[in-house]
Order: sequence, then C-alpha cells, then structure tokens
Amino acid sequence: MGSTLHIGRFWLLAAACITLAVLAPVLTLTAHALQGSTGHWQHLLDYVLPHAMRNTLLLLLGVGTVTGLLGVGSAWLMTAYSFPTRRVLNWALLLPLAVPTYIVAFAYQDILHPIGPVQGVIRDLLGYTSPRQFRLPDVRSLGGAILLLGLVLYPYVYLSTRAMFATQSASLLEAGRILGATRRTVFFRVALPMARPAIAVGLSLALLETLNDIGASEFLGVQTLTVSIYTTWVTRSDLAGAAQIALSMLVLVVALIMLERYGRRRQGYSQNQRSRTVQPQKLTGPTALVAICLGWLPVVLGFVAPALYLLAESYKYLHQTGAVSQQLLASAWSTLYIALVTTAVTLAMALVVAWASRSARSSGRQRWQQVFKLASLGYAIPGTVLALGLLLPFVWFDSLLESIVALFVERAPQLLLMGTTTALVIAYCIRFLAIGVGSLEAGLARIPPSVEQAARLLGETPGGTLRRVHLPLLRPALGAAALLVFVDTMKELPATLLLRPMNFETLATWLYAEAARGTYEEGAIAALAIVVAGLLPVILLAKAQFSPQTRRLSG
Amino acid sequence: MNRLFQPFLELQGISVVYPCPGESLCAVNQLDLQLEQGEVGCLLGASGCGKTTILRAIAGFEPLQSGMIRLAGRELSAGAQQIAPEQRGVGMMFQDYALFPHLTVEKNIGFGLRRQCKAERVARIDEMLELVGLQAERKRYPHELSGGQQQRVALARALAPSPSLLLLDEPFSNLDVDTRERLAFEVRDILKQAGLTAILVTHNQAEAFAIADCIGVMQQGQIVQWGTPLQLHEQPANDFVAEFIRREALLTQRSQALMRDVS
Repeated sequence: MGSTLHIGRFWLLAAACITLAVLAPVLTLTAHALQGSTGHWQHLLDYVLPHAMRNTLLLLLGVGTVTGLLGVGSAWLMTAYSFPTRRVLNWALLLPLAVPTYIVAFAYQDILHPIGPVQGVIRDLLGYTSPRQFRLPDVRSLGGAILLLGLVLYPYVYLSTRAMFATQSASLLEAGRILGATRRTVFFRVALPMARPAIAVGLSLALLETLNDIGASEFLGVQTLTVSIYTTWVTRSDLAGAAQIALSMLVLVVALIMLERYGRRRQGYSQNQRSRTVQPQKLTGPTALVAICLGWLPVVLGFVAPALYLLAESYKYLHQTGAVSQQLLASAWSTLYIALVTTAVTLAMALVVAWASRSARSSGRQRWQQVFKLASLGYAIPGTVLALGLLLPFVWFDSLLESIVALFVERAPQLLLMGTTTALVIAYCIRFLAIGVGSLEAGLARIPPSVEQAARLLGETPGGTLRRVHLPLLRPALGAAALLVFVDTMKELPATLLLRPMNFETLATWLYAEAARGTYEEGAIAALAIVVAGLLPVILLAKAQFSPQTRRLSG
Repeated sequence: MNRLFQPFLELQGISVVYPCPGESLCAVNQLDLQLEQGEVGCLLGASGCGKTTILRAIAGFEPLQSGMIRLAGRELSAGAQQIAPEQRGVGMMFQDYALFPHLTVEKNIGFGLRRQCKAERVARIDEMLELVGLQAERKRYPHELSGGQQQRVALARALAPSPSLLLLDEPFSNLDVDTRERLAFEVRDILKQAGLTAILVTHNQAEAFAIADCIGVMQQGQIVQWGTPLQLHEQPANDFVAEFIRREALLTQRSQALMRDVS
C-alpha cells in the first residue's frame, strides 16, 4: 500500500545501504572461511580450535554462573530487603559497568601480584617473610578470568532482573506466602521463574561482552577464540585461518542472540501487569550488617578496589615524574578525536535508519522495517570478528579505487581505507550503530504521529518536518546516544588493535601495549581516564533506570 | 462558468481500504459528499464508522482505493493520483491537538507561515492570538496551558495559513462537559466570522447540533442521511438515524441530570 506520507526513496535506499554495510563483514567472512584451503582447517582443527573452544566455553559457562549469581542475588536483595545504605547501593551496583574487562584484569594483576599489596598484607598477618613460603592461587588463570570478568559484567544481569522484579506484582508473591511457602521458597518458586526472561537478556549481553573481550583473556593468559583469531592473523598472517575461527565464534554469537530474543519475547507478558510492587522487608541488627556486606561486596571488588588502585598508581607516577609523557597525551587526543568523529557519523547513520524504519512502519511496509532491524546486529559481533570481516571489503574497495584512479593518474594512489582512521571509524559505526538506532527509535516512538501530520498540513515537506519538529524533540535521545557511543568508542579495544593505522594509539591500545610489555607506569593513568569517562553513561543509566520508580514510590 | 455548478468541496464515490491480515477492511465505502463555500459540515457517528478516515483522506494521509476529492476546483486525490498533504491548502485540528511541545504558543501559530515575510508573519500571529483571546499566553509552552487554551492554540495554528478548508477531528473530546459546550459555540463563531468552510467529526450529537449547518450520520463507512439538524431531528431517514439521534439526546439529558444531582 502506498501512502502520501512518502518515504522519500532516499531514506529507504540510504537505510538499506547502511544495513548492507553492517552485514558485509559477516557475509564476506563466511564466504572467505568457506573457500579457505582445507590445509588450514585441518591444522586449526587439530591444534588451535579444540583448546580455544574449550577455554571459551568454560569462560562463558563460568562468567554466566558468576554474573548470574551476583546479578540475580543483588537484584533480589535490593527488591526484597531494606537496610541502611540501600538507596546508595541501588545505583552503586551499576558502577562496575564503568570498568572495561581489560582494565579490571590490568588492575588485579598488580593488586594480587605475589609481591603486590594484598598478598604482602596476608603474609605479614600470617608471619611469612617471603612469597616462596606462601602465595595465593595465581589470578593469571581461567578461574581468575572468570571471577574478574564476572565482577564487572554482573550489572547487565542486575539491571534487567532488578527491573523485572520491580514490576512483579506483590500479590503474586503474597499468594505464594498464603499458600504456605516461606520467603525463600517464594523466591525460588515464584519470583525467579517469572524473572527468567529478564535473566536471559542480561546474561546474553554479559556473555556477548565476554566473547568480545580480548585484553583480559590475554593479560590473564587464557587462550580464547578471540585471542586465537588475533594471533592467527597478526602473528601468522593467516587470514583464512582467522576467518575460520571467527566463523566458529559467530555460531556462539548466534546462540547468544537467540537466548536474548527468547528473553525479549517472553518479557512482554509480565511487564504489562501494573499493580502494587513488592514492599521490602526491613532488616535490623546483624542481619542488616550481613545484607550490607553482601550488597557492597560486588561494588567494592568490581569498582572501588580497581579504581582506588588506579588512582593510587596514577598519583604515585605523577608525583615521581611530575608530568605525563607526550605519547600518552597524543593517544588521549587521538582517542578524543576518533571518538568524536565516530559519534557524529554513527548518530547520522542511526538517524537515517530510525527515520526510514519509522516511515516504513507508518506507511505499512513492515517488511522493510524487518530489514532495518538487521542494522542493529553489529553490536553482537565481537570486535575481532568484525575487524577481520572488514579487512577484505576494505582491500577490495582500495584496489577497485586504485584501478579506477590508475586510469587517469600515473602515480599509484595511496590506500584509502586500509590502515587509516576511516577504516576504524567504519568499524566503530557498524558496532555501535545499534546504540544510536535503539535510542532514537525510542525517542521517535514518543512523538505522536499527529504532530508530524500537523506539520505536513501546515505546509512543511517531510524533510522540513524532520528538521523543524523531530530533531528538536529528539535532542535528549540524541544526547544520550551520543554519550553512550562516545564512551563505548573510547573503551573499544579488539577492533582497534586490528584496524588501527601505524603509530596510531588510543588510550585503550596504549594500555594494552604497556601491559603487554610489562611496563605499568603510565598504563594506570590511561586506564583511569577510561574509567572516569565510563562513569558518565553509568550515571545516565542510573538516572533513567531508577527515577520513574522513585517518583512512583513517592507519589 | 462550470464552477458555478461545482460544489466547493466534493467527494465522489471515495473508498478507503485498510489491509488486514487475511482480508481487507473497507473503512469508507463509495461515499459521496458535497459542501458549499462557508458551510460547516459535520460527520456524526459511533467510533469505527469511518468518519475520521474521511478527514484523513481529505488531508491526504490515506490513499484512496477509488473515487475523487475536489476542493475549490482542484483535484486533490483521484484514484492513485495524490497531491502531498503540504500542498493541499487544508488545515486540520487534531483530536490530541498535536501542538509542538518544543515551541511557544506564538511559534506554534507561526509554524505554517514560514513563507511570509517577518512583518506579515508577526501581524498574522497577533491577529490569530486576538481571535482566540490568548494574547497573554503568547510566550508560554503548550504544557503550561489548560486543555481549553491548548485547543484554542490548535485552532489558531490551523487557521493562520488561511486554509481553504478546515478539518476538525473530535476537537472537544479532551475537554470536560462544561467547557465543551461553551467552546463549541465559540468555535462556531470563529469559523463563521472567518467565513471558513469546515468539516467536523464527532460522536457527540450535541456538539454536532451546536456547530454544523449540515450533518451526515454515518454507519459502516457510508453516510446514511445528510441534512440540516432540523431535518435529522424531524425526518430521520431510517430507524438507525432516529435511534442514534434520540439515544444521544437521551444520554445528554441524563448526563446533565446526573451532573445537576452531583453538584
């Protein structure tokens, strides 16, 4: 059915191109991996894959367990019980989100080092004098990686589960109590099963982050699939082999996306019930103390300890040298620069997709809308896989351009995409487009269609309506999306490592290089800068998550 | 010369079809309607009878399955051929008013006057503010206004570009009963003063009788009877019209009695 609210063909076409660009890396990767020589495959199958796959699966299982326990546990604690400091803890539990996985690994490697502060204090207390006599199990292990990743990734589970518990009707839980169940049984038999979809969503996000992680696994010496892709490509220059590992990783990604979809599909029912929410039980005395300790434990371990460590190290370094090095400043500037460019480009692309998707829906072209949903898939693709998938399109584009330009110019032109910041920006855009699209679609959904129609009847064209009505109204959504994209770009490590130009360092790669060399001096300052920037979206999230609820409670 | 015999607004055999999974839902079926210049018409019917769809078709938001819409001698829609909404010279007041929340009252009213020069625009805004009596609120934002004030801003905004036809979609449904009656007469005065041709859509018989010169009672996508309020009241075409008018009247009386009892 056509409509006079024409979607300009321009919008449809542009959004379709963007969607195609998002899918391009996956498609080329698949094609390349499938035609790769069987020799590579045999070698990989024999030596690399089983080990890496086993490590990755164990890591996913372990991180899933830790984030599940911490996330669901703290969500239930915050829902069912009231104790001193609960109000602060409510948002403090989100703080570990500000610490990227590679930074928590970086910090704890030093904190828990045999000659580091923690083990030193323990030895003093126990009366040992040398690390040879007593040491804790090494954090550089699969177990260490599971614990550390779990400590910073549990907020994904906490957020979704907490929101679900908050909307659960109190009468359901009370019905359970009346039927003779204790508080604990009610949790296991009513609240937990009802929150299962939300837990699935949170877990899938946490596990996608785990798959994406490269820094922590490498610092902690865990040979995961991501690390294997990186080494296969960077040290062995074996693109087909890396593509094949990447493909097996995409299988895991698809499984996680399906877990997430399952969760989202089932989430609908329970959120419609709007009634009395659970009244928290007031705790006093020793039980309150236990609740406080349990509640604050993940915050202290996941945020306070690493942040304090980074602060102390930065202070120590600055105190000794008095200034930071030129290289660090340069990498800070390039981080800022590339994050700004990425934010601008990503938001522009997100606007095109969100607008085209809305127009497609309002004119009854649901099929196009389904197509545009694919544009948000980039967020699920691990950075290493994405970068690898982009290498080939970049090379093709460059050689195509080169042959075209060679028709007119004698001198061979320089590479346009490969090894330039443009390539990096494209990769970031594909990965973070989902953030922008999601935020803008939510913003657009709040603008009633009649407002748009009113503008049209007052003589404004569709483009003019977007400019004069929608853009001003979308300003908060644009601001929030910009902040999220900006900070995520600042923190991004795996894709940056693979695609950055020669001698181009961001704060994240600078930290990675320092940690890889074992020279920790300025790494702490770079890490601190990333964590501080990462706090901004956490504040935003805490506000968005808890303000409507507090208003409802007080009103 | 032909114009003399052409009505100002003419809808000729229009059909609007919504695609539904499985079957198509016919919202408006082979409907004819004519309105002379300066006349205020009203489409009266229960919800779901297709009356709002007709307004949206005239405004250009719904494509026609068949039929033709002509306004002031210009064909707006003829089958698949359609003029874009912004080029129709039609104004509309929406049920939810659809005021731009980020613009002040005067900027809302001036939204459709962008092509005029600044002095003209300011003069027209002043004129409109005076017409609806909102001079004091010109710098306010929509959310700072009462429901009745918002409604008047919406009216002023729709009138500002001097449309040749004004469409009013349930303009009073968001107001309480008392304001509703008062504003209905007020709006009629404003429309008549401006000499405007307008079509109002409502399910409320009292509103229809208060504002319209001609009323069309609608049922299942068709106009059952078209006539003056007096004709409808005294000579209903069939049982449906008679019952619709009477039940509405009965309901109004009863609600007024109830209101009296309460207060």
